[in-house]
Amino acid sequence: MNIIPELPANKIIKLLKRKEISVEEIVLAQFKRIDEVEDKVKAFISLNKEEAINEAKMWDKKIHEDKKIPPLCGIPIAIKDNICVKNEKTTCGSRILENFSPPYSATVIDKVKNAGCIIIGKTNMDEFAMGSSTENSSFYVTRNPWNPETIPGGSSGGSAASVASGEVTLALGSDTGGSIRQPAALCGIVGMKPTYGRVSRYGLVAFASSLDQIGPLTKDVTDCALLLQVISGKDNKDSTSIDRPVPKYLEYLIPDLQGIKVGLPKEYFVTGIEKEVKESVLQAAKVLEDLGAKVEETSLPHTEYAVATYYLIATAEASSNLARYDGVKYGYRTKEKTNMIDMYKKTRKEGFGDEVKRRIMLGTYVLSKGYYENYYGKALRVRTLIKRDFEKAFEKFDVLLTPTSPTVAFKIGEKIDDPLKMYLSDIFTISANLAGIPGISIPCGFGQNNLPVGLQILGRPFEEETILRVAYAYEQSTEWRKRKPEI
Amino acid sequence: MKKKIIDIDQVRYIAHLARLDLSPQEEEKFTHQLERILSYVEKLQELDTKDIPPTSHVLAVNNVFREDELSFSLSSQEALSNAPSRKDSYFKVPKIVG
Repeated sequence: MNIIPELPANKIIKLLKRKEISVEEIVLAQFKRIDEVEDKVKAFISLNKEEAINEAKMWDKKIHEDKKIPPLCGIPIAIKDNICVKNEKTTCGSRILENFSPPYSATVIDKVKNAGCIIIGKTNMDEFAMGSSTENSSFYVTRNPWNPETIPGGSSGGSAASVASGEVTLALGSDTGGSIRQPAALCGIVGMKPTYGRVSRYGLVAFASSLDQIGPLTKDVTDCALLLQVISGKDNKDSTSIDRPVPKYLEYLIPDLQGIKVGLPKEYFVTGIEKEVKESVLQAAKVLEDLGAKVEETSLPHTEYAVATYYLIATAEASSNLARYDGVKYGYRTKEKTNMIDMYKKTRKEGFGDEVKRRIMLGTYVLSKGYYENYYGKALRVRTLIKRDFEKAFEKFDVLLTPTSPTVAFKIGEKIDDPLKMYLSDIFTISANLAGIPGISIPCGFGQNNLPVGLQILGRPFEEETILRVAYAYEQSTEWRKRKPEI
Repeated sequence: MKKKIIDIDQVRYIAHLARLDLSPQEEEKFTHQLERILSYVEKLQELDTKDIPPTSHVLAVNNVFREDELSFSLSSQEALSNAPSRKDSYFKVPKIVG
């Protein structure tokens, strides 16, 4: 059973079908692994052992009775702590929601449970998903399994670290500006942000509603396809989810790229990028050519404006979304006896951390009278230009290939006192959120200090299958996924 | 020296609008940090966007309607279950009207 923490879901499913292992053994093996490494990784905010074991026994009984079982039966999954699970703590990494237990579950939670997944626990994150390193969690810093001195990326750092360290098989995260893809890259695993509207956001605690999307963090591309299949689709509870057929993603996983046109946007290979990162990505482009793809340079001319545009739009939406934390309906309330307005102010002072306050301030400022048109209004127009860049590129290319992050994992504390420097670490991921397009990060090598490098593949809206095909072909012709961190 | 974009009085006013009580140290720090961030985003002014329509939402979906049918919703007890203070089936707050 010692191998379970190393296996992807698609291999565990085969063992289970051949009845070589029970679901209870799978779940116990994961909790044993968690006992061994969690002190070093700190990926989880809460664990769900008792219920997980009960569910495992329930599935074992069904398997024993030869009943029909769902596609991800018995597969352990970790959930980012901004996704509501009914009657389970959902903290968003924030003091203000430290004791919040939602009276309902997110749609993705119903979907993964119906698919047979077993929820192992809720994972650590930057408070309200605001951050790129998981250092903004109100509780503790999660460590990168490849080197405990470095950050795991963020904001879904707990989800990425839990998968990379073998504590869990699958995880769900959320991606507003790269919060799935960047930690996946820095932890050496696979992470996908689906097209905006592909996956229901019902029950995801809102940060920036026009950018947020839930997606998978997994050990390989096949698992990513399996989990995306389960969580995708229209949901009447989310009016921004789109009613389009969900392709059978597994059918697109073929080790051949004949006829695929790949673009390399030149703006993603310029200043600030580490040499090893650039070389790994260019080397990956050669591998895709060997597999039959046609690779050419292209241009996304408004790339340099993406970070500024993003931090105006995301903070504006956040300042509005976070107005709901007022100490009245749920969450923390100040203990001081005071009047109504002062109660709001003290509650929010005591409940929110530094980065959340900073973003609420920036967002409130750019929406305020006299500044709206110059900042927020301007950003919405530049967003159109960024979206058009992609539309033009996708007339010619099926996918675009870029680094996920300009650097490998950086040291804990290195950027925490310089918000602008931290924001710039999202430079390659945020455009996809602004344009609403899907993107994946997969391992493509190792850079400085032997830390993982991520390859980002971006695709047309609702063409996740093409991204998965390219990712799979690359993965199968390389060996990166076989290297595991030593913890 | 270049004119400052934001000063401490504006920071105090924004904090009031955002219902945030900031310490004097936070007021200083945010004035400085917001100045840096706002200077950075000035680069958007390089672009002529006069004839470019705004994108507030990436998908072309309008007016998503549903039938007005009776369906499941939370009970008032469930909706109140996380309230920091409550009385009967109400949220309890500090006195507002004198």
